[in-house]
Amino acid sequence: MTPLSFARAADTAAAIGLAGAPGARYLGGGTNLVDLMRETIERPQALVDVTGLGSAIEDQADGGLMIGAAARNTAIAEHRSVRTRYPALSRAILAGASGQIRNMATLGGNLMQRTRCTYFYDDAAGCNKRAPGAGCDAIDGFNRIHAILGASPACVATHPSDLCVALAALDAIVHVEGPAGARSLELVELHRLPGGRPDIETVLAPGELITAVELPALALAARSTYRKVRDRSSYAFALISVAAALEVAEDGTIGDVRLALGGVAHKPWRARMAEAALRGGPATRSSFLAAAEAELVDAAPLSHNGFKVELARRTIVAVLGELAGDAA
Amino acid sequence: MSILDTIQQTAAGVVAKLRPDAPPDRLIGRKHGSIGTSLPRIDGPRKVRGEARFAAEVPAAGLTYAALLHSTIARGRIATLDTAAAAQAPGVVLIMTHENAPRLKPPAAFMSDPRAAGASDLPVMQDATIHWNGEPVAVVLAETQEQADHAKSLIVATYEAEPARLSFAQAATRSRQPESVLGEPAIIRIGDAEAALAGAAFQVDLTFHTPRHSHAAIEPHAATVWWEGDRLVIHDATQMLHQTRWTLAGIFGITEEKIRIHSPFVGGGFGGKGLWSHQILAIAASKLAGRPVRMALSREGVFRVAGGRTTTTQRVALGANADGTLAALIHTGTVAMTTHNNCPEQFTFPARHLYAAGSFLLEQRVADMDMLANTFMRAPGESIGTFALETALDELAEAMRLDPIELRRRLEPEQDPTSGHAFSSRHMLAAFEAGAERFGWSQRNPVPRGRREGEWLIGMGVAAATYPYYRMLGGAARVTITRDGYARVATAGHEMGMGTATVQAQAGADRLGLPVEHVTFEYGDTALPAGTVAGGSSQTVSIAAAVAAASAKLIAELLTLAGNDSPLAGLSAGEVEARDGGLGHPEQADRFESYVSILTRAGREEVSAEADAPQPVETQRYSMHSYGAQFCEVRVSAVTGEVRVSRFLGSFDTGRILNPRMAASQFRGGIIMGLGLALMEETEFDERSGRIMNPSLAEYHVPVHLDVPDIEVIWTDIADPHAPLGAHGIGEIGITGVGAAVANAIHNATGRRVRDLPITLDKLL
Ligand SMILES: Cc1cc2nc3c(=O)[nH]c(=O)nc-3n(C[C@H](O)[C@H](O)[C@H](O)COP(=O)(O)OP(=O)(O)OC[C@H]3O[C@@H](n4cnc5c(N)ncnc54)[C@H](O)[C@@H]3O)c2cc1C
Repeated sequence: MTPLSFARAADTAAAIGLAGAPGARYLGGGTNLVDLMRETIERPQALVDVTGLGSAIEDQADGGLMIGAAARNTAIAEHRSVRTRYPALSRAILAGASGQIRNMATLGGNLMQRTRCTYFYDDAAGCNKRAPGAGCDAIDGFNRIHAILGASPACVATHPSDLCVALAALDAIVHVEGPAGARSLELVELHRLPGGRPDIETVLAPGELITAVELPALALAARSTYRKVRDRSSYAFALISVAAALEVAEDGTIGDVRLALGGVAHKPWRARMAEAALRGGPATRSSFLAAAEAELVDAAPLSHNGFKVELARRTIVAVLGELAGDAA
Repeated sequence: MSILDTIQQTAAGVVAKLRPDAPPDRLIGRKHGSIGTSLPRIDGPRKVRGEARFAAEVPAAGLTYAALLHSTIARGRIATLDTAAAAQAPGVVLIMTHENAPRLKPPAAFMSDPRAAGASDLPVMQDATIHWNGEPVAVVLAETQEQADHAKSLIVATYEAEPARLSFAQAATRSRQPESVLGEPAIIRIGDAEAALAGAAFQVDLTFHTPRHSHAAIEPHAATVWWEGDRLVIHDATQMLHQTRWTLAGIFGITEEKIRIHSPFVGGGFGGKGLWSHQILAIAASKLAGRPVRMALSREGVFRVAGGRTTTTQRVALGANADGTLAALIHTGTVAMTTHNNCPEQFTFPARHLYAAGSFLLEQRVADMDMLANTFMRAPGESIGTFALETALDELAEAMRLDPIELRRRLEPEQDPTSGHAFSSRHMLAAFEAGAERFGWSQRNPVPRGRREGEWLIGMGVAAATYPYYRMLGGAARVTITRDGYARVATAGHEMGMGTATVQAQAGADRLGLPVEHVTFEYGDTALPAGTVAGGSSQTVSIAAAVAAASAKLIAELLTLAGNDSPLAGLSAGEVEARDGGLGHPEQADRFESYVSILTRAGREEVSAEADAPQPVETQRYSMHSYGAQFCEVRVSAVTGEVRVSRFLGSFDTGRILNPRMAASQFRGGIIMGLGLALMEETEFDERSGRIMNPSLAEYHVPVHLDVPDIEVIWTDIADPHAPLGAHGIGEIGITGVGAAVANAIHNATGRRVRDLPITLDKLL
């Protein structure tokens, strides 16, 4: 591990100040960053520990929920308001990693965690994300866990988070603060598609700190869910995951819907085309299937991950069917 | 011919002196000893308290810590190796490369000599040549592990790559027949199997593929080493103490007596804890630095320098007659190997002994590749060989509309089908029947896709398990009785968590007629009488045979000591038995004298005897194997293809069970490893670079708790009259048959056959 300096930030302003140092990085629970430092994939010169910053989980007057970025994943998953009003989020967190890792991992760190592409992890391999211009060894290599949507010739990696997929479905807003002041953006705008610069993963400017994530009031979120499909029962990243919320009117038509996919792209994938196809239509298996097809029409599988297209289709249909209950 | 015979024959100058068939071990009939009881693990409390010291935990004054830099090409040469920045890094003590490494002889590879332990015979860091992707090219020693790791990251290596053999499919087109498969012929032909297959009433002819597996024991490989003048002290995690010593003596050009290896605790071996390059590099670096060295491999390091199970393609073709007997049994295939080792993954071994057939064609070939030497991994060959054979049998049963257990009844041989030897002890059908009863096999719907709960398709499968009985040549033991009536049993055996120390204390107690609390089992040290390799599930009986020989000798000496004033006077060694803390006539209660009395009267503190185990002639006369039946119930999601094993039962026929608690743990552990083999384990070997891409437990999947249901294990507990203690080794059979039991259950649930491991969900969509 490269020698580095370490400082614990007392408040947001201090954190942003400290992060101005060359090669500085924020440190949450360290469950991702420290692993990558051990592999010498990340070589920060300074670490700014932000686990002492806001970690409260608070109900908002407008019916929303504000979660401090330093909140631990376990605390979020167990929180009563999350479990009752945004169950998809609770389930997504519990489907991820292990109990020990969730106890350490922070919300901010989970959002900013990096891909699990094995070529990214191996500095003997070509990886444009790790070493821009080095090429991508995953495109013709082991790419079973890689992207089917929104990838580029430069990068086919996926964003590995479960939590983010639920947030994407639940219209979450990310609050950030940086040297240039505070701003908010939709979670689905936070992560970028790889394009020609897979090394740039989010729209955050250097030194910008995630301070909180806000879940707006959303009635149908109380009937939201998350389903993760993976290679073993636990402790594996998603091959495909689906976060969804569904509101079915008395007449059996779909009132409102939220749908997001994990394991398919360089970012948590909000399935807007599927949502558009569903809204106002009948809550039937065939319309679920049509919606899934609509979302996956541009899917571009690689040599080993073609199954993900079919798996995504089936999982979307199953999750929507489950939410629709008898209606479907 | 078995591995043991080969070892015997290659032992220079040793003329195998066969003993007449010995009568069954007397202990087999004993009902009231410690054997057969569930004594808890003797080493358990020390492990739970953290007092058991493993190889990477041994303290040493002036200790340095090692880090390895691995090559990033598979074949070629090191062009440049810039160590300047690393040498300047804080705490660095030494950087060793091929330029300054001491000159070493290549290791003698396992099987090249009965005493050899080398996982490969490649020279270690002697020149710029690269033989596999991941080969160590530099060793950094520093004052702390972190400093060593950091300095290593500063070394810049460049390479001149040469074309390498990295595609298994291509290498397989140039495959060769190995001289032997662990001493057995690489090909067995009985009759014309192809013709018999072509003419058979029912046929299946199938191709299977199994992937590479990496060793992933909880304790990564490690050694702490130092020199004391010209003497070498090694604390190793090993399952072959004396073989490692002999091989190291050759590499370093010193005599064996100068080397002492300690290995009291090993955090899992599974065949992987042999002599790899890391121990050799640690010893060489310690010599250069003049300081002790700790070489604790990182998890990635284990994947890069310690090999695992190799990949195979296999063909199983079965031709059956209308009555359900086999006209032809064909099992052939190719494994990836290197020209530097000799581990051809004996996948045809099960087919040599399991079933009767009118004709056989069993052939193994190897494809040479530029890769890390593969090695033994729990039931090498049998684990994946039974996957292919037992899946094929299930397919045949289906084609014949026969219950798979009924098919096996019709294939039960009267004697070993390929060697013609009588079976020493074979109760496989009893294991099937007991297992079927307990598991509720009769509830199985023979029609695939016949049972469903919601989205979950439910199915049951069964497969045979089998593993050879081995007893290794070359073990010795010393037995000592002290005047207080206690005993020490000593041999350089290995405790890798299987329960060796516990079971051998039990066996020693019964052998000497002492309570188990009075017996200490000493092991894990080359200063003790030579042990055998803890491999091939052979250690329990190998040690037992040596202890029996030493005890017989000790009893004779005790009788001499007892002399004419003893109630034992006039009795020969063959006429007394050890019981109740002394020796006595089996029937005449008054003809007894305690050890305490004998030694006290003789004025001796202790009496000791050492002996070699007799030759394992039993395997030359009998076909000796263990058997079992693995029963599996799976639930497969009709939506996602996810497989959940919901029930599992293993029913085993492995001779006498010496300690049910240890045995259950070995069987269950093997089955769990088998679930990993069936459903998830796969080393990703990138055929473009020869690089292993998932050298981490996050990406190399083994079962987690949630993947493992309650596993029931039962056994026949029928003693093998031809084995010491009536016992067979049980460490490996548990994994055999599991792959097929799972695959067959998946077929019963879904109607899908997957012949390509692991059975991941994408193969079931
Ligand atoms: C074996 C294993 C299995 C896992 N399985 C899963 C899984 O199944 N599903 C899943 O979703 N996750 C999984 N994870 C990932 C885990 O969820 C992440 O490691 C964790 O959420 C990261 O949080 P952290 O606080 O530890 O982040 P850190 O490691 O501390 O930081 C991660 C990144 O976030 C940045 N960062 C941290 N806080 C902030 C902030 N406030 N503002 C801006 N940037 C910030 C850091 O600079 C760093 O780049 C797994 C991890 C491991 C090791």
